[in-house]
Parts: sequence; C-alpha cells; structure tokens
Amino acid sequence: MAETVTSPNKEVKPPNPQIENLKIVWKKLKKNKIAMAGGFLILFFILASWIGPLLTTMDPSQPNIPDRLQGPSAEYWFGTDHQGRDIFTRIVHGMSITLYIGFVSVALGCVAGVFLGLISGYYGGRTDTVIMRIMDVLLAFPGILLALAIVSVLGGSLNNVIIAVGIFSIPVFARIVRGSALAVRKLEYIDAVRALGASDTRIIFKHVLPNIMSPIIVQATLRIATAVLTASGLSFLGLGAQPPTPEWGAMLSAGRNYMWEHPHIALFPGLAIVAVVLAFNLFGDGLRDALDPKMK
Amino acid sequence: MESPKTIIKVDNLQTSFYTDKGEVKAVDGVSFEIPSGKTLGIVGESGSGKSITSLSVMRLIQDPGKIKGGQILFNGENLLDKSEAQMRRIRGNQISMIFQEPMTSLNPVFTVGDQIAEAYMIHEGKSKKEALRKALDMLKLVGIPSPEQRLKQYPHELSGGMRQRVMIAIALACNPELLIADEPTTALDVTIQAQILRLINNLQEELGMSVMLITHDLGVVAETCDYVAVMYAGKVVEYADVETLFESPKHPYTVGLLKSLPRHDIDQEGELEVIKGMVPTPDNLPKGCRFAPRCPFASDICADRLPELDELEDNSQVRCWIYTDEWDGKSGVSVKDDYGTFASKES
Repeated sequence: MAETVTSPNKEVKPPNPQIENLKIVWKKLKKNKIAMAGGFLILFFILASWIGPLLTTMDPSQPNIPDRLQGPSAEYWFGTDHQGRDIFTRIVHGMSITLYIGFVSVALGCVAGVFLGLISGYYGGRTDTVIMRIMDVLLAFPGILLALAIVSVLGGSLNNVIIAVGIFSIPVFARIVRGSALAVRKLEYIDAVRALGASDTRIIFKHVLPNIMSPIIVQATLRIATAVLTASGLSFLGLGAQPPTPEWGAMLSAGRNYMWEHPHIALFPGLAIVAVVLAFNLFGDGLRDALDPKMK
Repeated sequence: MESPKTIIKVDNLQTSFYTDKGEVKAVDGVSFEIPSGKTLGIVGESGSGKSITSLSVMRLIQDPGKIKGGQILFNGENLLDKSEAQMRRIRGNQISMIFQEPMTSLNPVFTVGDQIAEAYMIHEGKSKKEALRKALDMLKLVGIPSPEQRLKQYPHELSGGMRQRVMIAIALACNPELLIADEPTTALDVTIQAQILRLINNLQEELGMSVMLITHDLGVVAETCDYVAVMYAGKVVEYADVETLFESPKHPYTVGLLKSLPRHDIDQEGELEVIKGMVPTPDNLPKGCRFAPRCPFASDICADRLPELDELEDNSQVRCWIYTDEWDGKSGVSVKDDYGTFASKES
C-alpha cells in the first residue's frame, strides 16, 4: 500500500480561528511600537514586583537614621528618605502593592460593573432605569472624591482603598457594557438562540458576554492606570496604606516636606507612579486599536 | 381543509404594540391551521404582520408588543397558557424557527459545530462531545460538503447559502414538529434560493414535520406550499389551498399581487401592473376594508365596513364584500386576472 502516506484516522485539522484571530490582533499590536513599549513595561513591572524584593539587600521599612536624606549615590541609587531608608528598595517593594491595588480593585469593579451592565442592557425597561440611575449618581461624583468618601466611611487601610477604587470603577464598566449589550441583544443571532429555547442566563453569559469582551478588556487595562493613580492619591492624603508600608503615594506624601532641599525623595516615587500609569494607558490604547474590528 | 391531525391551529390571534402614539394592531384576528406534514405559506408585503404572526406563535414578542388575545393550539394545547419555562422547552425542540438573514443569525464568536450542539445541550442534556457528534450528523443531513471541517469553522468563513444550511441544521436538530421559516431565502442568490427551498422540502418529507413559510414571494409559495394565507395590514384577506389560489384568486389584493409578477408562459406587452399606493401603517388604518383605498373595485360599503373572512363554495376563504350578498357595487363584477380565469360573483 504505497498510498497510505497519511493515515485515514488522522484528521486534517483546520487552523483554530480563535487562535488565528488572536494572531491578527497580535500582529496589529506588534506594529504599534508605543503600545508594545507600554506592554513590555507592564511585563517588566510585574516581573520586578516578583523578583525585585529578592534581589534587594536593604530593608524597606527599617529606619537608618545616620544615612538619612542622602542624594542618589552608588550605594543608594535613588538616595535615602528622611528616616534613612533606601528609596530604590522601597520603590521595588512598593511595586507589588501598587500592582496589587490596580489589578484587584479593577477586577472587583469589572465583575460587578459587567454584571450590572449586562442585566441593565439585556433586560432594559425598569431594571435598566433603576441600575443606570444609581450608576449616574456614582458617576456624578469626581472619582477621587467618591473613593475618598468611601474610605473615610470604611476607615483608612489598603483593603479599603481597593474596595473604594473598585466601587468607583463599577459605573464605568456598567455603562460601557450596557451600551454594548444593548446593541448585541438586538442582533438576529440573539433572537435565534432565544428561538432555540435558551434561557436568559444562558443568552446573557454565553452569547452576549463573549461578543462584548473587547471593550471590557480595553477598559480594564485603562482602568488599572486610573486605579493606581487614585490609590496613590488616597495614600498621599493619608487614607490608604499606613507607614511604614512602602506605598508610592505615601512615600510621595512623606517626601513633600523635604521638596526643596531633597527633591529626590518625592521625585522617584512620583516617577514610578507616572511610569506605571503611562504603561497601562499606552498599552490600553494600543489594545483598543488592535481589537477594533473596524480598523482591520 | 380537514385533515386527520392538525399540528397547529391559530385562532383569532391578536398582537399589538403599545407605543407612545397608542395601540398599534400589528396582527388583528389572524386564524389558520396547519395539518401534519403540510406547508402553509403566509404571504404579504412588508408590514402586513406576517413576521409578527410567526414570532407570536413562538411567544417571542418583546416589549412593547403583547399578544392580546386569541388562541394558539399546538397539538391541542394553548401555547398562550404556557409558562415561560414551558415555552423554552418547546422552542427549538417542538417548534423551531429559521430567520431571514443567515449572515447575522449565527453568533460570530462560536464555531458552527458549537451552535448546532447547543440545541442538543439545551433540550437533550447531552454532553458537549456527544452533542458535537450529533451536530456532525446534522451537517451531513443538510448537505454541507466536508462536514468534519465545517464543524470547526466560524460563521464568517461560510457563504450565505452554507450559513442558511447551518441555520436549518440548528432548527431541525431536535426534530421539531413545526418549522417556522421567516423569509428563509430572501437574502440569498436566486440559484441558492432554489437549493435551500428544495432542502427544506426534502427534509420536511424525510422528517415528517409541518412548515409555516413566511414569504413575500409568490413564486416560492407556488413551489413549496400546500395552503396559502394572504395577509394585508394585519388581517388574513384570503386563505386557500395553493391550486385554488393560483387558479382562481378571489381577493382583489391577491389578484393584484399575481398580476404584478412577470410571467413567461404568456405574452405580455407593456409594463407590469402594480398595486398603486402603500400599505396603510398599522397606527392609521382605514375604517372599512383595509385594502379599499388601493382597490380598483372599491365601492361605498368597502370604505364603510370591514368585511368578514367568508368561506366560498370551493372551500377558499376571502375577506371581500364582492363575494357577499351585501355587495352594493357594480353587479356582475369580475375580478379578472391574466391567468385566463375569472373569479366572479353575480349579484
């Protein structure tokens, strides 16, 4: 049997279109140099938050008064603060706190907001009115003010900051998801699955949600930037992480008193915040362009 | 039109939409029945209420629409008395539906196989693997070449005709007793239309189901249907078996529709005839016969009172004053058509 080159049992698999689709998005993302820079920065930050603390030799919280208020040097790369702690070490240790706040609070807001938005957009009518009016009330507050109010009610701590930032992210997600769900539910394939006997729950989570993932992913990425900024802001005001936690906002706040004589104390934590926020914003923007099917 | 078993009997169905302008009667007292294994064509222009009729049968009318009255007897049970959960078990299982636009009726993010398999997962509680195996059988049944590969493809990789076949596969997956096809071929090329209609007809015979075919294309009706209901502005104006309808159309509207078709078997000179005017919008219906403003035969009574759907000697039903004793227009009016037949009533 010379013809049995390919065994008949072996199916010829066509390329999985889902992976093909991701490849297209990846290709477009790769062309966007600025977004890629943002993406690599994010990767670098994540890696640094894991590995960094293992590599630094100094203690981030132990005061070392003799070496206080030193400028950047070979020993103290970013200088030392008013208690003589190495700012570089503190920034590296603070990295995981910042990312943790960013990811967890956005995850909280995203899950709640997406759920509310889906219900609102899919059912419409009175449900929609009630949910969206509550969201409008939340949106009416400037973000930081709302977070500030929530934290002052709950008390200042890292976890409360996460909850506060999560809550103020809810209306943003709810709004975007509601709009998309509203558009998708009118499409014929939703009528078709309804005619197939699918329940509302099945339609919402199995058919509507996967079709509106792109705006959710983009929004989540951009939202992390805002969350990091807000959390730092709260800590700066003394409502978030408490000393001696090496949280960047708190470090900024501590450095404020020495702004004129020793600007490096506030400068480096500030730059770190800017770098993280910028990285997520750039990457989010690039992701939006890459995921937008109209730009194919 | 008696038959041993009637699958579905719709009696005086009324569906209205409640808008800011007030109640809009989209379907106003529609009645018909489909015997087991037969095909009913529902014909009408856009806005005549034919799609709303089909959605009402599925109980898929959404706000601000509401089924106001009537009965939908499916195997003797009134669907309007069923709970939403009971309806879900019927939809896609005993009554299935295929839609007009195959390009948008499939979810773009799932494979064709997943979407056919969903029917089995919802109604028969099958595992994904088992459901996919049955989905493959369905793809073979609807005549899709190389079904193993198609199963794993996404809707955008298929042509319109292929997608409509997939839609049919989904609809027929659970072996329904009634298939509602809402303009299944309107969006397709003419050559593909014929294929899809033939496929539906063949499967109907093979599986022994009844079909309710919504269309505006009388050519499609002639080829596929056993009975025809002609709808105009929310009401059935003529109801007959397909031979009777084409041989001796009664209602001036039906005649007008037939006259406006191009014909190949007789010499036609000049332009095709048209029915002048527009379908009245449901929120602004004429007082009397709804076709009266466009009807070439209309007389005083037509503008004044709405006629009933009356049964004639040849078992067809028509909603027109010409065929009643109260007709006050010209005596001996003939609703003549170019088919060489006359539908007339001496009075």
